[in-house]
Amino acid sequence: MNPMTKSLFTGGGIVLILILLAAMPFYAKPYSVISLTNILMYIILTVSWVIFSGSTRYISLASAAFFGSGIYTSALLGKTLPLPAVVVAGGLTSFILAFFIGLLTLRLRGMYFIIFTFSVSELIRHSLLWWEANVMGTVGRWVVMVDHTTIYHIILTIFVITMLTAYLVRRSRFGLALRSIGEQEEAAIHIGIDATILKTLTFAISASFMGAVGAIMATKWTYIDPRIAFDPHISFMPVLMAIFGGTAKLYGPVFGAAIFAYLEEILTTKFPYYYMLLFGIILIVVILFLPNGLLGLVQKWWKGGFRRQNANP
Amino acid sequence: MRILEGRKVTKHFGGLAALHQVDFDINQGEVAGLIGPNGAGKTTLFNLISGFLPITEGEIIYRGKKISGLRPNQICHKGVARTFQSTKLFVGMTVFENVMAASLFGTIRAVSLTEAEREAMELLEYVGLSSAATTLAKDLPVANQKRLEVARALATKPELLMFDEVMAGLNPVEVAESMDLVARIRRKGITVFMIEHVMKAIMGVCDRIIVLHHGSKIAEGTPEEIASSPKVIEIYLGE
Repeated sequence: MNPMTKSLFTGGGIVLILILLAAMPFYAKPYSVISLTNILMYIILTVSWVIFSGSTRYISLASAAFFGSGIYTSALLGKTLPLPAVVVAGGLTSFILAFFIGLLTLRLRGMYFIIFTFSVSELIRHSLLWWEANVMGTVGRWVVMVDHTTIYHIILTIFVITMLTAYLVRRSRFGLALRSIGEQEEAAIHIGIDATILKTLTFAISASFMGAVGAIMATKWTYIDPRIAFDPHISFMPVLMAIFGGTAKLYGPVFGAAIFAYLEEILTTKFPYYYMLLFGIILIVVILFLPNGLLGLVQKWWKGGFRRQNANP
Repeated sequence: MRILEGRKVTKHFGGLAALHQVDFDINQGEVAGLIGPNGAGKTTLFNLISGFLPITEGEIIYRGKKISGLRPNQICHKGVARTFQSTKLFVGMTVFENVMAASLFGTIRAVSLTEAEREAMELLEYVGLSSAATTLAKDLPVANQKRLEVARALATKPELLMFDEVMAGLNPVEVAESMDLVARIRRKGITVFMIEHVMKAIMGVCDRIIVLHHGSKIAEGTPEEIASSPKVIEIYLGE
């Protein structure tokens, strides 16, 4: 098969899958649509996390901050603006927040960056809680409810835009620049790459998807408070899902997130008391035996067998 | 004509004066060497020129304009490129991608992807690495890693190229090849400023040599003058 027909096939396949996904509420059970919404949420969070952290290797634990900002934007603007505008506003809020966090923290590296991003996220959560308890007098808010089909379609739209962005960034010169920063930042700035601007912008773009998905998920939960909106769980999940799937190819984090989210759903319903334990075991096995995630496993198998192939592993 | 000048260049690390009021000039088109014992401040001087470290006092002037205070990416865009003492390659990327990234971002002028690809291939050919284009940089032997750093620096289209011990750790044959590469680069019209410990190489390719010792410039002259300077012999061989 020549590359032209091959890409035609891939393109056709993707369009077909998207049509099937978009039509899902018309033929599938509501439960499947709701659980797929949940899975898509995790995929978007993971893929957008990988856009920045996968290439630059700055491990961000601020996802909850951006997701939560989207949720709060939705709670504040949900009654006054139409739904698509609310989602865009959620993305924009997180973009601006990430831009400033980026300017502040992206000079830190390694462990310091990880801890700082996590702390910022926690700081926002506790400040908001304090504000609501002491200034507003009430903790938590109601969000305008939206039906499941609409939520699903909006999530699917965000998913498509996120995937498209991730794909284009990966293929473009900016993807190459981001990888250079991840490999050797000092060398990258010495060959003319403006690392500060590039990192800050990419961080903000990646955060905007998290904000948008937060804004729409808020309408599903209807009641939110700072503990729900800025749950640190959301900061860790994209990292774990990306590790689980592998980040070398675009589909790695997609399958990682999908399988992980599905697993979470199954385990919580089947083993409500042990699911965290089982989860932990699965993760440890993946980290120990599959350093390149599921993707690494598939690639190894694809290349033919699990024999060690060269002298310099 | 001077391409680069340093005026009272000083760098302090806390209480330690790594460089103290060093004045130097590099002329357009020449190959200038920078030598000195370990800890003399050679790499620190390169780091100040490339903008990697902030200068404590003094100024560095490139083509009549002050560049000290600019960031490395801005200095690169002005036409100053460098290699690193311990190579800083993008090890997880292919040899080709290493050079390609520099072609794309090394100049202020926007370079198209096809143009950058062509340039990268040409440069790999130029340094003799075209057969390794698809190899990951980390899988290259040391001599080729050093060559790749040179190719990557050349891809930013510099007018002044700084080599920080580009021959260290090479065998005699590789040193000869490397000297030939320096000569070819100079014939392209690129000014070269190089730190080197391999004396045969530095005496063979340099027009002029600057000697640093304990952060100060103690001698400057042609290779013959430096080789016969009692002061230089004293710091290298002891009294």
